[in-house]
Amino acid sequence: MSTTAVHTNEHIGHDDAHDHEHHELNFVEKYIFSTDHKTIAKQFLITGIIWALIGGGLSIIFRLQLGFPDMNLEWLRPILGKWITSTGQIDSEFYLALVTMHGTIMVFFVLTAGLSGTFSNFLIPLQIGARDMASGFLNMLSYWFFFVSGVVMFISFFIETGPASAGWTVYPPLSALPTAMQGSGLGMTLWLVAMVFFIVSSLLGGINYVTTVINLRTQGMSFFRLPLTIWAFFLTAVIGILSFPVLFSAALLLVFDRSFGTSFYLSDIYIGGEALPNVGGSPILYQHLFWFLGHPEVYIVILPALGITSEVIATNSRKPIFGYKAMILSLLGITILSFVVWAHHMFVSGLSPFLGSIFMFLTLIIAVPSAVKAFNYLTTLWRGNIIFTPAMLFSIGLVSFFISGGLTGIFLGNSAVDINLHDTYFVVAHFHLVMGSASFFGMMAGIYHWFPKMFGRMMNDKLGYIHFWLTFVGVYLVFFPLHYIGMAGFPRRYYSFTNFDAFQDFTDLNTFVSVAAIITFSAQFIFLFNFFYNIFRGRKAPANPWGSNTLEWTTPRVPGHGNWEGDIPKVYRWPYDYSKPGAPEDFIPQHIPLTETPESNLPHEVEQLKEEGIEVKAANAGKS
Amino acid sequence: MFNAVVIIGLILVAIILFTLFRVSTLVDVLKGNSKKKVTKSNGVNAGLGIVFLIGGLLLFFIYSYTEFDRYNLPLASEHGAVTDQLFWVTMAITGIVFVITQILLFGFGWKYRYKEGNQALFYPDNNKLEMMWTIVPAIVLTLLIFSGWRAWVSITDKAPDEAEVVEVMGYQFAWSVRYPGKDKQLGDFDFRLIDAENAMGMDFKDKASFDDFIPREIHVPKGKPVKFNIRARDVIHSVYAPHFRLQMNAVPGMPTTFWFTPTKSTQDMREETGNPEFNYELVCNKICGKGHFAMRYLIVVDEPADYYKWYNEQQAWLAKNPSYLSSVPQHLKEVAIISSGMENNPEVQAVTGLEEEEEMVGAF
Ligand code: HEM
Ligand SMILES: [Cu+2]
Ligand SMILES: [Cu+2]
Repeated sequence: MSTTAVHTNEHIGHDDAHDHEHHELNFVEKYIFSTDHKTIAKQFLITGIIWALIGGGLSIIFRLQLGFPDMNLEWLRPILGKWITSTGQIDSEFYLALVTMHGTIMVFFVLTAGLSGTFSNFLIPLQIGARDMASGFLNMLSYWFFFVSGVVMFISFFIETGPASAGWTVYPPLSALPTAMQGSGLGMTLWLVAMVFFIVSSLLGGINYVTTVINLRTQGMSFFRLPLTIWAFFLTAVIGILSFPVLFSAALLLVFDRSFGTSFYLSDIYIGGEALPNVGGSPILYQHLFWFLGHPEVYIVILPALGITSEVIATNSRKPIFGYKAMILSLLGITILSFVVWAHHMFVSGLSPFLGSIFMFLTLIIAVPSAVKAFNYLTTLWRGNIIFTPAMLFSIGLVSFFISGGLTGIFLGNSAVDINLHDTYFVVAHFHLVMGSASFFGMMAGIYHWFPKMFGRMMNDKLGYIHFWLTFVGVYLVFFPLHYIGMAGFPRRYYSFTNFDAFQDFTDLNTFVSVAAIITFSAQFIFLFNFFYNIFRGRKAPANPWGSNTLEWTTPRVPGHGNWEGDIPKVYRWPYDYSKPGAPEDFIPQHIPLTETPESNLPHEVEQLKEEGIEVKAANAGKS
Repeated sequence: MFNAVVIIGLILVAIILFTLFRVSTLVDVLKGNSKKKVTKSNGVNAGLGIVFLIGGLLLFFIYSYTEFDRYNLPLASEHGAVTDQLFWVTMAITGIVFVITQILLFGFGWKYRYKEGNQALFYPDNNKLEMMWTIVPAIVLTLLIFSGWRAWVSITDKAPDEAEVVEVMGYQFAWSVRYPGKDKQLGDFDFRLIDAENAMGMDFKDKASFDDFIPREIHVPKGKPVKFNIRARDVIHSVYAPHFRLQMNAVPGMPTTFWFTPTKSTQDMREETGNPEFNYELVCNKICGKGHFAMRYLIVVDEPADYYKWYNEQQAWLAKNPSYLSSVPQHLKEVAIISSGMENNPEVQAVTGLEEEEEMVGAF
């Protein structure tokens, strides 16, 4: 581990340099253009929370339309202006803008940037024992590119023709032709610009995470001693680096088609009273490119949440995570397989049926590692000594959603069954449970768990419990009924169902879902209060509030720049020595040497010590 | 009034929550709870998990059972029977897994909640167990895939030669449907030929176009294979007919197809559902713009005899729009007139000047 040593020194040197100019660290450097990974993490988090509120708010508006189609929404005119029609309804095209922006914001801004950006940044250096990211500067750029992306996306709400409206997947030709819908005009251009900034941000972040994990691990922190959080963040970053460039190319070709008269995606089109000159393009090409990112993207969203959950469940069950190696293998399996299943989103797109068969096989294979993860979580709980912190509750909620939503994936992955389910509410139910809610709960678990380390104070548990139960029950009440609506064939992205005999039913269920959504959304304000109030007024956090093994809890209450005062701790063991037989406490942190714990060392550890020729006896003697 | 009540309610809830919060903080401080490992809440949370589990499962079972007829659309196609069966087999398997895993999740939560003096079991792995739950799901999934694959292959196989062919074209925001007419051949089309009347861009340089007809609703014969040739002329749409478990995207520039065999006539279905107004519907299921939610088209399944009768009664599009005779090449005009059945239509003759021609022919 000579590299580590070198880097460590470098960082210490860097710190010194920093100290000299310390008096010049003004507000801007400290809180705005900061290069400290912890500050950047908080920037991502707060920005993510704001976007979650916006994205959630949009969904409430369109749920009003679906649940109460006759309601007079005149009172929304102050916010929505001309998008409210003269009869007090939402404009049917603006409805599509709402679902498009909701999807884009939630998937990219909240669950990608908000989740990976926050926790990869915050935890990677702290848990692997590094003073900061490999490049603090790129890290800062990563946040600011994200910020700009958000600004551009936000601006698109206020333009005459409205924001992009072709669905979060923005399939051309709909998204390519301003004559096809208003949102495909300037709004779509802004969407593409925003996404380009976002992709740059993701890549800068991802490269940094990967480099940091590979190069800056502290002494003794081998890959197989990494907490599963780090494994998850690492592989997420790898997926992002490999797939986002493809989205970039998809977007670029779309820009060409939109603005420079090329025909990558366009062919044989008659619209707005004229035949377009484009021939030879293929809309399916776009779908391939998009889903080549799009499917990995859903794992980019869920893997960090699964990593966080592994950590939280092990800690609060007071048990090692069950099957650490199997967890890593399944993460690896998911990472690799996630690149070869994309066309399951295209079974009825006109894709060659032969390809459909191939992708069906590959898709159902990916269910295996997902199942392994679920079983391993369950076994970790088995015979634990479970402490229900809010973080633990949210983690258990995640497992519940991941199972419920994962199982419906088995229907959809079967191309024959998908014929009738594609683009119905069944798919909406599937991905909101397995991706949206599961990963949102992972994010919540992370916030409750690491709040003490982020802000040095505790959040209120009781409010956390109330927040959890309202949200957990609420999410099920919102998304479970959608399965029924989907089985009845209700198409997604419909402004209203009144035009069809087949879809006259379920107005009651739709109203119910909307009410549940409003309650669930409102419950998030409990969280907001708990979060912001306790940043300033919370009880001061003890050094290791959850009795956790990982390195971040060895830092000062509020770690400064460089994370550890003095030397970085070395690592002597894996992170899951919970309730080890013989140990006096029910946890042994990673930085405690085996030599200090002779009473609980396992046979192979004793063996290992012998091999390394470490003077066990001496240490033993010293200890006892 | 209503709004005021809602606002007051919200404020009250906020106040209650805040009070709870203050009280719990104070109590914590007084009791020194911050030092204890768990509070009473731990058991409460574990218990709520069980309440949720039981309540949730009950709701799930009761609703699924009592409302079955609402969410299970009646089925009306041959391949649909296969895919429905696959759906329900998958439902049975995943349903069992769902119930068991959720019971374990919340059950363990309750059973192994923190107890003073208990120690968790140090149980880092068990290769046998892990192999088992890798292999068992793999086998079950393989079986599912295999039956799914067989169904998929037969559904997407080439349509039988005798299949009735219907062309379905989506555009913003409606459908156009074309039948091949008496020659059983759909004529060529070209998007450059589209105009206000000729919405499907029929090409009258092709003889096969002359007798093609464009009805106001789709008719298909019960018990016979039907093949949809699907296309779109502006953006992507999707031909979706939930009762037939049929879906295929309509893509501009890339024709697609889907074939199926309807098993129940509209009349059969009216009797089965007890709804005399019942109609099969064609739905657009790919976001296509402002009117996406309103692209409705009727599908009528007739008894074969009725179907052929209907088919033969339809008038060719050309016959209804005789001005397009001008785009028929000179040497084919005669054929066009005959095969479109135009000659029987006096109005048409007036418009096209057919009569004069014939008179002239007669005069010589
Ligand atoms: C058990 C493994 C899974 C299988 C077999 C599976 C399969 C599928 C299939 C076939 C579709 C396409 C359905 C359609 O459009 O007709 C789909 C949609 C989707 N899945 Fe999954 N899935 C699985 C797990 C996941 C996970 C873990 C996530 C996310 C974390 C996820 C997120 C999504 C999303 C976001 C969509 C919908 C995208 C859209 O159309 O807007 N799925 N899934
Ligand atoms: Cu996918
Ligand atoms: Cu459409």
